[in-house]
Amino acid sequence: MALQIIAPCVNCWACVEVCPNQAIFEALPHFLVDEAKCTECLGDEAEPQCAAICPIEAAIVNELGEALNPYGSLTGIPMGKLIQLGIIRSAL
Amino acid sequence: MDLPVIGNAQAAGGCASGGCGSAPDALAHLPDHIRLKVQDHPCYSEEAHHYFARMHVAVAPACNIQCNYCNRKYDCANESRPGVVSELLSPDHAIRKVLAVAAAIPQMTVLGIAGPGDPLANPSRTFETFRQLSEKAPDIKLCLSTNGLRLPEFADEIAKHNIDHVTITINCLDPRVGAQIYPWIFWNKRRIRGEEGAAILIAQQQMGLEMLVARGVLVKVNSVMIPGVNDQHLKEVSRVVKAKGAFLHNVMPLIAEAEHGTYYGLMGQDSPTSAELQALQDECAGDMAMMRHCRQCRADAVGLLGEDRGAEFTLDKIADMDLDYGAAMAKRKEVREALVEQMAAKRGAPSTQPAMAELAPVGTRPVLMAVAAKNGLVGEHFGHAREFLVYEAAPEGVRFIGHRKVDLYCGGLDSCGEGDAEPESILDKTIAALSGCEAVLCSKVGFEPWGRLEAAGIAPNGEHALEPIEEAVTAVYREMLAAGKLAKPVAARKRA
Repeated sequence: MALQIIAPCVNCWACVEVCPNQAIFEALPHFLVDEAKCTECLGDEAEPQCAAICPIEAAIVNELGEALNPYGSLTGIPMGKLIQLGIIRSAL
Repeated sequence: MDLPVIGNAQAAGGCASGGCGSAPDALAHLPDHIRLKVQDHPCYSEEAHHYFARMHVAVAPACNIQCNYCNRKYDCANESRPGVVSELLSPDHAIRKVLAVAAAIPQMTVLGIAGPGDPLANPSRTFETFRQLSEKAPDIKLCLSTNGLRLPEFADEIAKHNIDHVTITINCLDPRVGAQIYPWIFWNKRRIRGEEGAAILIAQQQMGLEMLVARGVLVKVNSVMIPGVNDQHLKEVSRVVKAKGAFLHNVMPLIAEAEHGTYYGLMGQDSPTSAELQALQDECAGDMAMMRHCRQCRADAVGLLGEDRGAEFTLDKIADMDLDYGAAMAKRKEVREALVEQMAAKRGAPSTQPAMAELAPVGTRPVLMAVAAKNGLVGEHFGHAREFLVYEAAPEGVRFIGHRKVDLYCGGLDSCGEGDAEPESILDKTIAALSGCEAVLCSKVGFEPWGRLEAAGIAPNGEHALEPIEEAVTAVYREMLAAGKLAKPVAARKRA
């Protein structure tokens, strides 16, 4: 059981600083989670620390591929606007 | 690679003579020990920014809050604005870069850590950089710029590292206003949204300000002016932070372009006009010293304010530089002393500015003029200017008001792509940027812009080329008075 960092990640280091398990490492094109170390913070923290500080929507997903911070949840930019601007496709 | 070392103070000096240095000093009210600390700090002293350079090292990528004017995808070489950098540095690389720049630009006096995230959200990188620097380059002043969320936690550490200048960005005191600026903060291991998050941030900023002042650290407050959100509120901010001991307030205009992908940019939030910014700065000025020469630098800027020589000092370039910091430090000391002396001499010199009250009767309306400046002189061609300095001439004297950028924040529409390239020409944009000014002083101006400027009610003037700015502005004001152009009442004055 581990979280995953995926394409929208901008390599800002915020998660690296707060991960209690040192499970996140620098990589290209974006940072990655070491599956062996990640505990999803279960039992230790109220919420996964990486997802609690990550500023980028849809950059961190669970094992089902669900975004912990879905589009529209962090920036306040409404979904309609994101679709209109082509930042996300309506299919998402 | 040979490092160019500037041979004498004359060459190193920004303003060779006259000019803006003799402008009424916004810091004149400060006690001597503080003036001594800031006299060679380009970001704090309007006078010093013509002489001394600064650099930022981008060692602090992580951030712990979200601001609606920021987008965390910060890598664009064409942009110049806070939060933007091209090359993230490790503390070791940062030290190498600072030493290289300090040797090549001996008038560089200040090293700041300003991001691209928040320095205190990256405490180990930030303080490791400061620790090594205070050891290896003790002649460089250290400062940092923070959102303030973790400031109380690090106030002692900051004082210990001999960081004597800190900038806190404070945009509000009221959580209801804050909720419109900060969608969330990361605090006590949780993401906290809305007013609750803003209230914590505000409380931490205020406590941090008080703690730094109590420890003798100089604090400047930056505020982003966001029309309709915090513009009226900032007067209260200015009053409160002054009462708590901040020594300088820097109200900056919101930068919100759709192509930056920020919340405000995408949602069409207005930025203030130059006139709105100036009006608010003037209102806040009743309470404390205002900074008007801020250029809203990138988090990796290098050089004098308004210039960026970062490209000369990329990691691959500094890797081959041969450094003898001992020798560089001796040179730096020489240059710095010469510049301080030069500034003092200019301050002490009999004013080159005639008492205009003799020529312009009290009550004569003030006039804004734009200047294409170079080294404190009317020294730049109209078409080559990337920014214009704006001065107000009035019967009481000439004062520096601010600057107007004429290049786009994102210079390369081709490379950045997303923004709609306006058909509007650069000249149209320049003229729009100079609104409110009645004259533009430059060393030369071409035929086409001449006609277009005149048509826009901005008199082009190339007659004072290479004169010190204030003398030139004074002369043009006197010419306008003599020509009867200042006769109309203030009420009819064209608004900026």
